[in-house]
Amino acid sequence: MSRIGVFICHCGINIAATVDVERVAEEAGRMPGVAFATHYKYMCSDPGQSLIRQAIAEHGLDGVVVVACSPAMHERTFRQAVAAAGLNPYRCEMANIREQCSWVHQHEREEATAKAVDIVRTMVEKVKRDEELVPLRLPIVRRAMVVGGGIAGMEAALNIADAGYPVVLVEREDRLGGKMARLSSTYLNFEAAPGLLEEKIRQVLEHSNIQVLFNARVTKLEGYVGNFAVTVEMSEGPRTEEVGAVVVATGWDPYPLERLPEYGGGQIPDVVDGLTFEEMLRTGLQRPSDGRVPQEVVFVQCAGSRDPEHGVSYCSKVCCMYVAKQAMMYKERVPGGQAYVFYIDIRSGGKGYDEFVQRAMEEYDVLYLRGKVSKIFRRGDRVVVWGSDTLVGRPLELEADLVVLATAMLPSREALALAQTLHIQADQYGFYSEAHPKLRPVESLTAGVFLAGVGQGPKDIPETVAQAAAAAAKVIQLFAQDAMVQEPTVAYVIEDLCSACGACVAVCPYGAREIHPVRPIATVNPALCQTCGACVVACPNKASRIHNWEPVQVLAMADVVI
Amino acid sequence: MTVVAIEPSFSRAVQERSGEPVLRCYFCQKCSAGCPVAFVMDYKPAQVIRLVQLGRKEKVLSSSAIWLCVGCEACGTRCPNHIRLAPMFDTLRYMALEEGYKPDPMVYALHRSFLDSIRLWGRVHELSMLMEYKLLSRDLFSDLGMGLGLILKGKISFLPERIRGVSEVRRLYQKGDTGEGGHQ
Repeated sequence: MSRIGVFICHCGINIAATVDVERVAEEAGRMPGVAFATHYKYMCSDPGQSLIRQAIAEHGLDGVVVVACSPAMHERTFRQAVAAAGLNPYRCEMANIREQCSWVHQHEREEATAKAVDIVRTMVEKVKRDEELVPLRLPIVRRAMVVGGGIAGMEAALNIADAGYPVVLVEREDRLGGKMARLSSTYLNFEAAPGLLEEKIRQVLEHSNIQVLFNARVTKLEGYVGNFAVTVEMSEGPRTEEVGAVVVATGWDPYPLERLPEYGGGQIPDVVDGLTFEEMLRTGLQRPSDGRVPQEVVFVQCAGSRDPEHGVSYCSKVCCMYVAKQAMMYKERVPGGQAYVFYIDIRSGGKGYDEFVQRAMEEYDVLYLRGKVSKIFRRGDRVVVWGSDTLVGRPLELEADLVVLATAMLPSREALALAQTLHIQADQYGFYSEAHPKLRPVESLTAGVFLAGVGQGPKDIPETVAQAAAAAAKVIQLFAQDAMVQEPTVAYVIEDLCSACGACVAVCPYGAREIHPVRPIATVNPALCQTCGACVVACPNKASRIHNWEPVQVLAMADVVI
Repeated sequence: MTVVAIEPSFSRAVQERSGEPVLRCYFCQKCSAGCPVAFVMDYKPAQVIRLVQLGRKEKVLSSSAIWLCVGCEACGTRCPNHIRLAPMFDTLRYMALEEGYKPDPMVYALHRSFLDSIRLWGRVHELSMLMEYKLLSRDLFSDLGMGLGLILKGKISFLPERIRGVSEVRRLYQKGDTGEGGHQ
């Protein structure tokens, strides 16, 4: 006979205001196999956990049901608590009477209490049949791959390499530096970008732990966190790299000028994009058509961005800042020239950022005009801009020598294909999706694949460097473990029942199932299994099982409530 | 389509002469929203600043707004960017007069008689100031009833009082006239 302990949590009033917790405890105490049942205000608190540990010792419990919130919330907490009392943690289960009972039945106390008792009854039956399991330990390949050799990729590679782990850096072009290599200077202090970058490139190329593959593309990713095999296509043919983690830092491409015909994009030579103007600032500020130094320059913000009609609803985030910088640099070079900026909002969030934009207005006489430009066309050798100043409520026309379009930032054109190759998610625009927008911002949904830089969403250099360092820290955290520890509640195969039909292989969404290369059975790669149960349902022979979700358990759980 | 001739030198001139950083304005409109006389202005205070920034000199100097500001300083006190609009309006009035723009005659008469009264007595003497204003504005009989009431209640004294330091006040005027006294 089992000796199960049942611990009912009030969750303050979250549960106790609806469910009669005393009665649930009484009923639980009478269930067969239950040796002890009690209730307490907050089971997850320190006193609540020590109550469980003491009861295990005093009553010689061999299994625990914590009747409280969702296991997603506190299963780990309580399993650690029972382990501290010497019980196998997999003999502890949570019965969820908060999300699945009290919260949804707030006005039906009687029925909610009866339902809570039934939920407890099922989990008691499950724990009675739970095996004692041991977490799986998988080896880790302590070598990382970084995809993309821009500032994000280089920063991530240097951080990982400095921690003592080898890195292979895959760059699609024949040089490092990415988009930053095209910049003239950086805000807020007008530091020369080439200088900053050359130092980084030198560090990467000279680092004994970093190997750079130029003209290389990732074409295939196999394996799992800690044990990936990545195929890299190079001019001399494909090669396979064994790595434990991957950082994706593929950056961005500017919105094509040709897709802005109303702004003369691709038709008027003196209408250029921000990156081209950066290069002009480096080489002498001559306008493309006739080499003259422009005396009047109009900057157009949100060229493509925040414009659902152009397919880009998002804010590209860096343009407000770099346009202010470019306008100031222009005024430094051409003190008698005039710079105008059309904007729809100034978004200068960041330390010292708003003050920087104010400097452009106050100290450099850059004239900011609030309104979206509607049309740009040629008149003689001048470029005419039709816009509006919404502050005075007037349409206006400006004649300029040069127009700079602050075009939207798009994810790298190869990002979507790479996302598929790496089995990671991307949003509707092609930016890689993070595992959680707040709490897991540098992880992808595939364990062991991390994100850095604009590939994940528009951001500027300081944010990119911070994110790259964070992604590197995640890689280092992974490599610092002795072994990959994996939950043991994964699928397994009863070989005597398996006919190697392959149904499980076909349904597994995680690539965790394979037919054995020699023997006529299906196998499970426990490192890839996510315990979804698809193979269990698909198997015609009941050979596919999940540890601690055995058919006998599920049937016993059903029996006590039907 | 309006072709806007944007003239940055005008905003520079206003900024230097008034000492007020008009280029700093970000058009929150807090000044216009709180101005007690904005309802009679052709351009609200923030719009005047915008016109200055755009270099629309003609529009600004011929506007009624610069003459209607009563200098209560509510706008400047509230401005998040510490732009005091009253000194800016003063500057614009001087510029308008220098450039030959005709101010609103009633408003000009009031300012003139107010300043004359202070030059004479060292402080305002309401009765003589109002008499000058009435003569200058050629509007002799309006407000007569209210004036009588004020006199009967003793709110307006018949005889002026000259302050002791009136010569110092006059020196200030001289400085102002010669442009010596900083921004005007």
